[in-house]
Amino acid sequence: MTRLTLSRALNEGLRKSLEDNPKALIMGEDVGRLGGVFRVTDGLQKDFGEARVMDTPLAESGIIGTAIGLALRGYRPICEIQFDGFVFPAFDQIVTQLAKMRYRSRGSIRLPLVIRIPFGGGIGAVEHHSESPEALFVHTPGLRVISCGGPADGYTMIQQAAACDDPVLFFEPKRRYWDRADVDVEAGLTGALPMESARTVVPGTDVTVLCYGPMVRSCAEAAAVASDEGRSIEVIDLRSLAPLDTDAIFASVRKTGRCVVVHEAVVTGGLGAEIAARVGQECFYHLEAPVLRVGAPSTPYPPSRIEEHYLPDLDRILDAVDRTFGY
Amino acid sequence: MAVKDAGRANRSASRAAAREPERQAPSPELIQLLTPEGERVEHPDYPLEITAEEVKALYRDLVIVRRIDFEAIALQRQGELGIWASLLGQEAAQVGSGRALGPRDMAFPTYREHGVAWCRGLDPVRLLELFRGVSHGGWDPSTHNFHLYTIVIGSQTLHATGYAMGIQRDGAVGEDGEAVIAYFGDGATSQGDVNEAFIWASVNNAPVVFFCQNNQWAISAPLERQTRTPLYMRAQGFGFPGIRVDGNDVLACLAVTRKAMQAAREGQGPSLIEAFTYRMGAHTTTDDPTRYRLSAELESWKLKDPIERLKQYLIRSEHAEMSFFDDIEAEAARVGSRVRLACQQMPDPEPLSMFDNVLVSETRELAIERAQFEAYLDSLADEAEPEPAGGRP
Repeated sequence: MTRLTLSRALNEGLRKSLEDNPKALIMGEDVGRLGGVFRVTDGLQKDFGEARVMDTPLAESGIIGTAIGLALRGYRPICEIQFDGFVFPAFDQIVTQLAKMRYRSRGSIRLPLVIRIPFGGGIGAVEHHSESPEALFVHTPGLRVISCGGPADGYTMIQQAAACDDPVLFFEPKRRYWDRADVDVEAGLTGALPMESARTVVPGTDVTVLCYGPMVRSCAEAAAVASDEGRSIEVIDLRSLAPLDTDAIFASVRKTGRCVVVHEAVVTGGLGAEIAARVGQECFYHLEAPVLRVGAPSTPYPPSRIEEHYLPDLDRILDAVDRTFGY
Repeated sequence: MAVKDAGRANRSASRAAAREPERQAPSPELIQLLTPEGERVEHPDYPLEITAEEVKALYRDLVIVRRIDFEAIALQRQGELGIWASLLGQEAAQVGSGRALGPRDMAFPTYREHGVAWCRGLDPVRLLELFRGVSHGGWDPSTHNFHLYTIVIGSQTLHATGYAMGIQRDGAVGEDGEAVIAYFGDGATSQGDVNEAFIWASVNNAPVVFFCQNNQWAISAPLERQTRTPLYMRAQGFGFPGIRVDGNDVLACLAVTRKAMQAAREGQGPSLIEAFTYRMGAHTTTDDPTRYRLSAELESWKLKDPIERLKQYLIRSEHAEMSFFDDIEAEAARVGSRVRLACQQMPDPEPLSMFDNVLVSETRELAIERAQFEAYLDSLADEAEPEPAGGRP
């Protein structure tokens, strides 16, 4: 076991992917010489060369569009979109081309392409640097959407994404880049939890709290506090947002009878709505309370000096948990 | 309403008339090897060594692709196709460039490259599948090195550039190298993706030729809505050569594309070819060009018809007897009727096939949706059972 930050764990995972497959490439803005604005690709260009770790021109549509072309030629590009709010210039290439090309070709094309997106708030950033646009991609058939909560998953999941033959959007919780945890860098992918599977982070019996990305740590902390108060929260890190590991979700909710979905993204039309609908349909007779959602209000991301009020925190998570016991 | 529309048409017509001289003027930089009258002319930079048989083969291509186009328009009118995007008038640009490609070169088309598809050996019936609504394309691009049709304007130029960057990484540039050709139109030059593709290709020196068929109209928007400078001149700003070729001259299109592709293969990087041509038909079968352009403009371009000028050349040079033209017409008619029949007999896909090929490995979620939908369809079939044999009328 090695103690690594999430940023470093991703770096090690990317390094492993480049070593394992000569067709794997890294491309994005400032990913080469600088090593990425979050240093996730630090040192990779030095070790693998400019042909495999590419500093691209500054245009996100160009990054994804040319990555599609490289994938058509047999390469496996791992693209970085520098910040969540900058994905939209590439939105067209992702939604109309990347997600649909295999379908359009009736299966003759495969596009093994990863798009890494540091996402979420809590770092005191200016506008467009703190967003959570994942639901837009979950709503787009033809993409896999995953997110890691911490270093250990970061290390394996980025490798699984790189090894996947489908397009994968990989959402990295940027405010957790500096979180440290033990990572088994010797372990291969063989025994790893599959990319599509959710993970039970804290087992519990009274209420199921579903979360992903930056909220995994927040929810685990909430569970610890609740535990002190005698309430047992089961925290599940969804990890895969598209597809959802509904087996894990339903099993937990049928056990606890209560469900809270937590994400940084705006609640309206968010992933919580999808999960609530499915849980309502499949766990109807097990539910003691309606599924509650904790997330951002229906506003654009506010100036950072008040972002702590915008982002779900321990108190808001526990408040929702308490409310599920009020029915 | 009709009066109002007529007024609008008149206004646009007068605008079209006002710009006529500029649009029609032969520009000195236009590369031409065959005049509209069918006279062979030489260009010092583009010597073209071509046998009579090769010229006749080009003529055959032109006539057949026009015939396929003609059939497709008719099929749309008969309700067999949902829509068709006609290539009428652009045959030379497509056949000339298409025949300049080697088997290992890769082409990235728009949705109008029926002539290039023909040159790459793709069965035209596959194109009709898309326009009939039977598939979204569905051919394997690697079979003919002809990518799928791309409908969103300009997107494919980035794919072409990325593919060319892959060629570089494969070490397939140099002697016996490979190159890519990206097709797009005058309207697409306003898209961000096309400009980004120019930049990527330029800074990477990627082996890609940008082949712009400037057919003067982006649906109803004339060229001056897209640009103030001649399109080929844009290349200079991106740092690679740009050239304007007579897009109705199949020999010039062949020569210019050959040279650009060879330069790309050898590692000299990208170039832009502006094939100056004219969309003689509607944008698609749903369009009505009489609402926005003058018939006089069309008439003047008819005099530059790409097929007629090659025919004149073949007659004048005595490369072909009249029987040759008759034979080609007969062959084109045979291709046309085969395409027509195949289209009429094309079955609809199975409803459940909509679930196929979303991802390489189907997710459990989608498998469940498929099963539920199948059960629903079966339940409808069960309900239909009590009906008399033969089903509904």
